[in-house]
Amino acid sequence: MTEKLLEIDDLSVDYETARGDLKALRNITFDVNKSEIVGIVGESGCGKSTLISAILRLIAPNTRFRSGEVRFKGEDLLTASERKIRDLRGDDISIVFQDPMQTHNPVISIGQQMVDIQHRSKANKAEKRATAAKMLGAVGIPDPEARLSQFPHEFSGGMRQRIAIAMALMSEPDLLIADEPTTALDATLEVQIIERLKDLQRDFGCAILFISHHLGVIAELCDRVVVMYAGAVVESGTVREIFHHPKHPYTRRLIECDPGHIKERARVLPTIPGEVPDLANLPTGCIFRDRCDQAFERCAEVPPLTRLSDGQNAACWLNHAEEPA
Amino acid sequence: MSPILEVKDLETSYGHVNVLAGVSFSVEQGETYAMVGESGSGKTTVIRAIAGLAPAQAGSVKFDGQEIRGMSEKNLRPLRKDIAMMFQDPTGSLSPRLTIRNLITEPYKIQGMKDRDLDAEAKRLLELVNLPSHFANRYPYQLSGGQARRVGVARALALEPKLILADEPTAGPDVSVQGELLNLLNDLRERLGLSMVIITHNLNVVRHVSDRMGILYLGRLVEEGTTEAIFEAPRHPYTNCLLSANPEPDPDARLERIALKGEPPSLIKRPSGCEFRDRCPVASDICTQVPSLEVTDGHAVRCLTPLHL
Repeated sequence: MTEKLLEIDDLSVDYETARGDLKALRNITFDVNKSEIVGIVGESGCGKSTLISAILRLIAPNTRFRSGEVRFKGEDLLTASERKIRDLRGDDISIVFQDPMQTHNPVISIGQQMVDIQHRSKANKAEKRATAAKMLGAVGIPDPEARLSQFPHEFSGGMRQRIAIAMALMSEPDLLIADEPTTALDATLEVQIIERLKDLQRDFGCAILFISHHLGVIAELCDRVVVMYAGAVVESGTVREIFHHPKHPYTRRLIECDPGHIKERARVLPTIPGEVPDLANLPTGCIFRDRCDQAFERCAEVPPLTRLSDGQNAACWLNHAEEPA
Repeated sequence: MSPILEVKDLETSYGHVNVLAGVSFSVEQGETYAMVGESGSGKTTVIRAIAGLAPAQAGSVKFDGQEIRGMSEKNLRPLRKDIAMMFQDPTGSLSPRLTIRNLITEPYKIQGMKDRDLDAEAKRLLELVNLPSHFANRYPYQLSGGQARRVGVARALALEPKLILADEPTAGPDVSVQGELLNLLNDLRERLGLSMVIITHNLNVVRHVSDRMGILYLGRLVEEGTTEAIFEAPRHPYTNCLLSANPEPDPDARLERIALKGEPPSLIKRPSGCEFRDRCPVASDICTQVPSLEVTDGHAVRCLTPLHL
C-alpha cells in the first residue's frame, strides 16, 4: 500500500520580470510516495530549482503562484501559514544543496553547527553532540568524535557533502530534497555519495526527491523519474520504463545524447539541435516542437500529460496516434 | 616528427606541498591527449605549469622543440599565440563588461596585431564555432552555458594556435551541450590540425575525444597509453576503479563496481611505498616498495601488481 507524501498538483509558477511574466513552471503534476526515491531530470533552465523553492516556499519576491497545489501529507504548503512552513523546513522536509564547499559556515566548527541545528530538541548539549557524532559516523566520516571540533576547510569536498547529508538527516525528515548533490564531485566520490544515500534511505525510511542532470546517477538510485523540459513535465514513470521505453522524444534524445550511453568510440556524438525556448515568450503548441524531429500538425496544440500505463505518463501526441484527432 | 609538446619530470611545489612530483608526457602533432584524475591530483596544475601560469621548479617543458619552462613573461608572450588555454568556468572566464566581439578579438590586441580587421575576424571566429554573427554584440550574461563555452573556444582559436590546453571542457552541466562541444573540438581538430591536451575527470568524455591518455594520482602519472588500450584493459588498479565508478544510464546495468576506499591521501603527508596502496583493492605486502613507471608495448603503469599483464 503506497501512501502519498508529496503531491505536486497542476503547479504553475511565473516570475514577474521587466520583459513580462517568465513562465518558469507550467502545470507540473507528480507525486512522491512515502519512502520512495524520485528523480527529477532536466537540463539547465527546465525549472528544477524553481520547483524546489516552490516546495519549500523559499521564493524570490517576484514569484507568482498562478495555479495548483503542493500538498505535503495532504496539506497545501502554498497556503499554509509562515509558521507552519517554518516548522516543516529542516524538520519534516530537509535539503542538501549542490555546492558542498558553500553549504557550511566557514568560521564555526562542524560540531557546533550540528548542535545548533538541533535547536528544536530538548536534549542537553552533550546529548546533542553525541547525536552529531553518531550521524557523522553514519555517513562514513572516520573518527567522528574528534572531527566534531574541526572546521569545514579541514574536510574534503566529498566529506563536506556527506556532512551536509548527515545534517539534513539528523532530524529524521520524511522528505529529503537533494539538489544536484553530486555534480560538484568526482565520479568516485559521486558513487560513494549515491551508495550512502541508498543505505541511509533504507535505514531512515525517508523519501528522497533527487534532482540531477546526470542520467547514470538517476538510473542507479531512483525508483521513479520525472523528466522536465522548459518548465513542464514531459514524461514521468518508473525508472525502467523511462530508460528502456521512453515515450517522449525529448527523453529519448536525452538518453541518446549521454556520452556514458555510447560505448563505442564515436567521433560525432548525437546532440539535440536548437535551444531551449524563451520562457518569457512561449511558443505555441508543444514546448519541444521546434527541436523535435518527429513533430507533426497536431503538435501545434499543447499535449496533455497522459497516463499511458500504470508506470508511465507522457505529454506527446505521438502516443495518441490511433485516436481520431 | 618531433612532438609538439614534450614535458619531462615536471615538478611544482607550493611551499612544502609537492603538487606535481615529476610528470612526463608528450603530445604529437594533431594528437589529443587526455589527462585524467580526481580533484587534487594536480591535473589543472599540469596545464597551468605548461602555459606558464603556475610555477614549475624543476623539469622541462619543450614546445615545438623550444624549452619554455622558466621563460620570462616577455619571451613567453609571443609564444602564447601558439598555445591557447580554455578555462574551466565558461561564463566566469569571460569579462562581463566586454561584448563577445571584444572578447574574442582581444587576443589580437594583446599580441599587437593592429592591422587585423577585427569585425571580420569576429565574424570568422563565430562562424567557426557555429554561433550566429549577431552574437558579436551580445554580452556574456546573454549567453547560455553552452554558448559561453563556444565563445571560449572561439577565443582560444583566435590566433590559430598550434596547441590547445583545455581545462574540463565538458564540465558544463547538460549532456546535450557536452556532445555539441566534443563534436566541435573533434571537428576543429580535423580541420585545423590542432593538438590538444584535455584535462578532465569525466571518463565518458575521454573515450570519444582522446587518442592517448594519462592517469594522474597525487601529482604522478600512474598509467599512460592509448585511450583504446586503457579502456580495454586498464593495468593500474586505480584506473580500474575509476572506470568502474562510472554510473551507467541503465537501471538494469548491474555494475561490477570496484569500490575505492577512502579519499585521496594528503599531499603534505604522502604515503610510503606505493601511494595508492591504502585505497587499493589488490594491495599486498610487496606494495611497501616504491613502484616505478614501467612501459610494456607502449602502455606504461606504475604498479608492482598490475592487472591485465
